Amino acid sequence: MSQKPIELILMRQLASSLAMPIFLVDADGALVFYNEPAERVLGLRFEETGEMPAAEWSTLWDPTDLAGRPLAPEQVPLMIAVTERKPVHVELWIRGLDGARRRIEATAFPLMRPTNQVIGAVVLFWEPAS
Amino acid sequence: MRVCLWGTRGSVAASGADTARYGGNTSCVEVRGPDGSVLVLDAGTGIRRLGRALGCGVRRIDLVLTHLHMDHIQGLGFFDPLFDPEVETHLWGPASTPLDLRGRLARYLSPPLFPVHLRDMRRLILHALPAGEFALGEFRIVADRVCHPGFTVGYRIVAGGATVAYLPDHEPALGVTRFPMRADWTSGYELARDADLLVHDAQYSLGEYADHVGWGHSALDHALAFARLTRARHLVTFHHDPAHDDDDIDRLTAEAKAAVPAPCAVTAGAEGAVFELG
Repeated sequence: MSQKPIELILMRQLASSLAMPIFLVDADGALVFYNEPAERVLGLRFEETGEMPAAEWSTLWDPTDLAGRPLAPEQVPLMIAVTERKPVHVELWIRGLDGARRRIEATAFPLMRPTNQVIGAVVLFWEPAS
Repeated sequence: MRVCLWGTRGSVAASGADTARYGGNTSCVEVRGPDGSVLVLDAGTGIRRLGRALGCGVRRIDLVLTHLHMDHIQGLGFFDPLFDPEVETHLWGPASTPLDLRGRLARYLSPPLFPVHLRDMRRLILHALPAGEFALGEFRIVADRVCHPGFTVGYRIVAGGATVAYLPDHEPALGVTRFPMRADWTSGYELARDADLLVHDAQYSLGEYADHVGWGHSALDHALAFARLTRARHLVTFHHDPAHDDDDIDRLTAEAKAAVPAPCAVTAGAEGAVFELG
C-alpha cells in the first residue's frame, strides 16, 4: 500500500476538521477523500464511494452549468485545477446521490510542491443562500 | 551497517548530571557503511564530538539534514572536519521555495549569529536534496517530506542488506482522531516500512502531547503505534524533551510500553548507543 504525498495527508487532516465541504483528488484527478460536510451535499458517505478514478467521479454527480448543459470531465473545476494548474471558481448544478438536485458554488485550486509538481487539487464548495 | 547516536535531545541542548545517561546533545547520528563510508544524519550539537572521534583516514563525509531548525544545525560550525583541508564534506538538505539551501544555512552561519561565514568553509559542498531515491557511496537513500512545521524530510537508508529509517522530528498523529490511520494516509509510512531500525521522534508523554498538538513532535505512544503500523523491527526513541531527565525518560518509556504493547524491540535513544545491523 503506497503512501500518499504528505501534502495530501495534511490536506485531508485539515479537511476532516473543517465545517466547509471539501473534496480532494490526487495528481491523476482520482478522488481520494471528501469530508463529512461534503457528504451532506454529495448525498453519500465517503466510506461508501471510496477512492475512484477521475473518469468515474467526474460524471457521478451529473454536473451541469447553470443553463443545464452537462459538464465534460475536463470542465469540472477540480480537473481544471489539476490539468491547468490554476485556481478556478464556478457555479454549477449537481445531483446528489440521494437524488436531490443542488446548485453549488465551487472554488478549486491545485496543490503544488515547491518543485512545482502538482500532487493533487482541492475543491471547497457550498450551496449559496437562496 | 553501524549506527551510532551522538545526540538524542530535542529542541535545545540539555546538559547536566540529570541528563548524563541519555545525553544532552541535540540530533546527530553517525551511520557507517559496510565498506566504511561515513554518513551523518543532522548537525545538532552532537556533531561536535563526532567530528573529533572520526579521526584521520576519513576523506569524505556525507551529511544529510532533515530540516534547518536550530537544534539540527547548531553544531555545524563546530564540526572539525569542515576546517580540515584533507576532508571533503558534502552537505545535503532541503531547500525551500524562496531560498536555496545555501541562503537558508547562511542565515545562521554568518555574523552576528556566528563569526564564520558559510562561504569561508571551503571544504563544505552543498547540495539540494534530489527527488526520489539517490545513492551516496554505498548507501541508497530516500528522502521524503514528513509532517513537521517547515520543509522537513525523513530518511530511509539502505546498505549491506539493512534498512534504517530516521524521522527525528515527526508528528504523524496530527489531526488524526484515532492514530494510526491506514498506512497510505500516514506520514512517513513508506520511509519506515519494514525498517530494521527506526529512529523516531518520541518527545512527549501522551498527556504532554495534548498541550503541544501541531508543534511537530510525537508522543511515545504514537511512536510505538507508528512502529507497529510500519512493522519496524527495532524502535529507538529520539528527540527527548529537554525538560525530561534520565529518570523521566525511563519512566515515560516504561509507561508507554505498558499502554501500547511493544510491537518490536524498543530502546530509549542514548548518546553513545551503537546498533550493528545486517
